[in-house]
Amino acid sequence: MSGKDRIEIFPSRMAQTIMKARLKGAQTGRNLLKKKSDALTLRFRQILKKIIETKMLMGKVMREAAFSLAEAKFTAGDFSTTVIQNVNKAQVKIRAKKDNVAGVTLPVFEHYHEGTDSYELTGLARGGEQLAKLKRNYAKAVELLVELASLQTSFVTLDEAIKITNRRVNAIEHGELSVIIPRIERTLAYIITELDEREREEFYRLKKIQEKKKILKEKSEKDLEHRRAAGELLEPANLLAEEKDEDLLFE
Amino acid sequence: MAGRGELIAVIGDEDTVTGFLLGGIGELNKNRHPNFLVVEKDTTINEIEDTFRQFLHRDDIGIILINQYIAEMVRHALDAHQHSIPAVLEIPSKEHPYDAAKDSILRRARGMFTAEDLR
Repeated sequence: MSGKDRIEIFPSRMAQTIMKARLKGAQTGRNLLKKKSDALTLRFRQILKKIIETKMLMGKVMREAAFSLAEAKFTAGDFSTTVIQNVNKAQVKIRAKKDNVAGVTLPVFEHYHEGTDSYELTGLARGGEQLAKLKRNYAKAVELLVELASLQTSFVTLDEAIKITNRRVNAIEHGELSVIIPRIERTLAYIITELDEREREEFYRLKKIQEKKKILKEKSEKDLEHRRAAGELLEPANLLAEEKDEDLLFE
Repeated sequence: MAGRGELIAVIGDEDTVTGFLLGGIGELNKNRHPNFLVVEKDTTINEIEDTFRQFLHRDDIGIILINQYIAEMVRHALDAHQHSIPAVLEIPSKEHPYDAAKDSILRRARGMFTAEDLR
């Protein structure tokens, strides 16, 4: 396939302008994509780091929470069944919000509270303080986990976005699209060459014509001289000369 | 723009589920379906997988918490989940501390970075 050719277009000033604009467009597009890829990758790495930190922290928080659960069970007996049977409405829920990085929309979670503690009505009065501590620990764990979930969703979304952007960058750098910019450049070069050539031809032609005219003029003047010398030529009629005008009927 | 309120689901051993329910995340929807699953010694892998898939399909669940040792049992189902929502978080349990090497999410990143290093 002769993909290395130039674009078929008649070389004119207009074509040159069009090609210049197209070249600029393609180059700008490629640069923007690269910038976008870089920005996304940077944010990606930041988020990854934060995820790892947060997951380590979560490990600690969960251990504490599990410990306080064991303590509470020791004091209050096994209340698991009671808790599980008495589920009704959630007091902690989450909302999805949108964040934006380099033109990519990232989903993030925000937790909020709704309603009152449904376990207040159950017979969990025994073990009071420890139970309260337990609830606090798990509430803290939930908050941390919601933050972690936000980081994670951003992470996954960015992963996809970066893959897509890099695919497009690669298409421009190495793939079929990599012939477009050189192709436009070649077309531009061709147009400029043709225009220059034409100008030179015009100039040359004009010069030739001028020379010819000059020669013709010189020739006809020489002719004139000869005929005057030979007395053949009459003076051409002079409109301004005082002569009788034949068209006037009345004097 | 904030969306509708969504739930946090949990798939874990009895202690994990109890703890989080006390944290206030538990709910029964209008069909009396819970947003949690207590995994016991006799819970089958199929049950776990089914519940996990159900949670993924429910549009009122935004986050799924799952003990990592249980996640291991249904690793293929987790890896197949490519969307960002619901977010699946692997958490440690009393017997099994968190292992970053097993986490589905972090494994994705490692794949990405190999490609980065090659460039």
